[in-house]
Amino acid sequence: MTSPFPNTGPGNLERLIRAGEFVVTGELGPPKGWLRGEIEHKVALVRGVVDAVNVTDNQTAVVRMSSIAAGRILIEQGIEPVVQMTCRDRNRLGMQSDLMGAAALGVRNVLCLSGDHQSFGNHPTAKNVFDLDSIQLVQMVARMRRDGVFQCGEEIAGGGPPFWVGAAANPFGDPFEFRPYRLAKKVAAGANFIQTQFIYDIPRFRKFMEAVVDMGLHEKVALLAGVGPLKSSGMAKYMRDKVPGMIVPEYYVAEMDRAVSGVPKEDKSARAEAWKRRGIELCIEQIREIRGIPGVAGVHIMTVEWEAALRPVVEGAGLLPRPSAS
Amino acid sequence: MIVAEPKPFAEIKAMVDQAGRVLVIGCGTCVTVCFAGGTKQVAALASALRMATRLGGKEKVIDEAVVERQCEWEYIDPLGARLDNYDLALSLGCGVGVQALAERFPAKRIAPGLNTSFMGLPVKQGEWEERCQACGNCVLDKTGGICPIARCSKQLLNGPCGGSQGGRCEIGHDVPCAWQLIWDRMNALGLRTELMEVEPAKDWSSSRDGGPRRIVRDDLQLPEEYRD
Repeated sequence: MTSPFPNTGPGNLERLIRAGEFVVTGELGPPKGWLRGEIEHKVALVRGVVDAVNVTDNQTAVVRMSSIAAGRILIEQGIEPVVQMTCRDRNRLGMQSDLMGAAALGVRNVLCLSGDHQSFGNHPTAKNVFDLDSIQLVQMVARMRRDGVFQCGEEIAGGGPPFWVGAAANPFGDPFEFRPYRLAKKVAAGANFIQTQFIYDIPRFRKFMEAVVDMGLHEKVALLAGVGPLKSSGMAKYMRDKVPGMIVPEYYVAEMDRAVSGVPKEDKSARAEAWKRRGIELCIEQIREIRGIPGVAGVHIMTVEWEAALRPVVEGAGLLPRPSAS
Repeated sequence: MIVAEPKPFAEIKAMVDQAGRVLVIGCGTCVTVCFAGGTKQVAALASALRMATRLGGKEKVIDEAVVERQCEWEYIDPLGARLDNYDLALSLGCGVGVQALAERFPAKRIAPGLNTSFMGLPVKQGEWEERCQACGNCVLDKTGGICPIARCSKQLLNGPCGGSQGGRCEIGHDVPCAWQLIWDRMNALGLRTELMEVEPAKDWSSSRDGGPRRIVRDDLQLPEEYRD
């Protein structure tokens, strides 16, 4: 089988960002099992809708199929993955070995993350690694590409793998004042693109972006703002109250509550439909607003096991058709 | 200091089950200060074991001893003759103390009565917190005197992860975010710009990752004629 991507060239996301396109990425969580069909049946929901798809790496510290293997399955279906890699589960040897394998399998985008602490997940008694932190991981991958060397300085046979190096930013984590500087460190470490945490508090995101633009970071890195459609009032409240480092203004909770006012509680499917419809509308509203904020180079849409929402969101935001990569 | 806490009583009881004569050995240093293995805790545990084994119909001899420091030969050597009278030494020292006894008295069965927890300090009455992981390569000059290795749940060296909120770590509301503390202190000292430098990958070889550690100080070696 031949790879749908050139052997050594850059990927779709890199080419579109370099061409100055407003990019759109989505997200797929690999299955909690080994059946590739679980990924393949979602492909139709993302094809032609986004420019690349993030494949999460044991997200929330719950074991799932490897992000690299799942990424390869997407490549075979003609979808470009952004392979997520956390610092929680591997040391620098494991990471670099997996990165070589990923490059050989056609992976071009790597998102470097700290990773949720294992106490959240399904193996809370596990030992964690954190040999590198996320910024040191960015530094390592960027240097692999730039200088063609491993972290230890030895040469990589075949030269530097053509990774487009991503990192995350949470504009809502504390200390708030530190956040733009932390982003600057990721840029200094060599990040090519940034995907942010879910943005619901747009005024606070604007402030964050003002600092980013003041520091000139938007000229050195492509910042993709993270958004996602809410699925229910419960989800809005959960994100507001339970997800570390996240701010969900009352507006979203109220709007989701309002979406089902008048729909009888017993009619669960009608409520679910009403919530989903409003969730998609709110997400479109978010994208339209965020798109106008200076320094934003694209959106990263996290649908959390609701990939069917991607097309209506991207279409509703006026971002279809997606530009061709070539 | 080294902070430890008592093992559950049922676990200790099971460990002494096969022994007829037990010597409970406390330590007068760190574990006395953290109320885990001093004279009072030795007496309380010995008394509880006597009562429990009597009620269980298998009465044992449970005696008590406390040494100044279980981690130094000169303090534990005098226990030697006395230990001959016991089947088991139940140490209320830290893991170092337990192993010192095992190393010095190879014929004697040793059991730990404490779980050694961390190197830390009492932050207030009855509450201790970890402060040092003995990574062997101190970075406290760069982080305002607050250790990200010991106090950040992910040992991050370049600032807070996305899970820090309201000064708390994502793993739980009782844990302060080390990077919030570092940021606040570096700001107060007017040193925030120092946190903007990317801290490169850490050399963990001086930590436990490099294998069991050992320090040999040439300047402290005794002249040949004074050696054992």
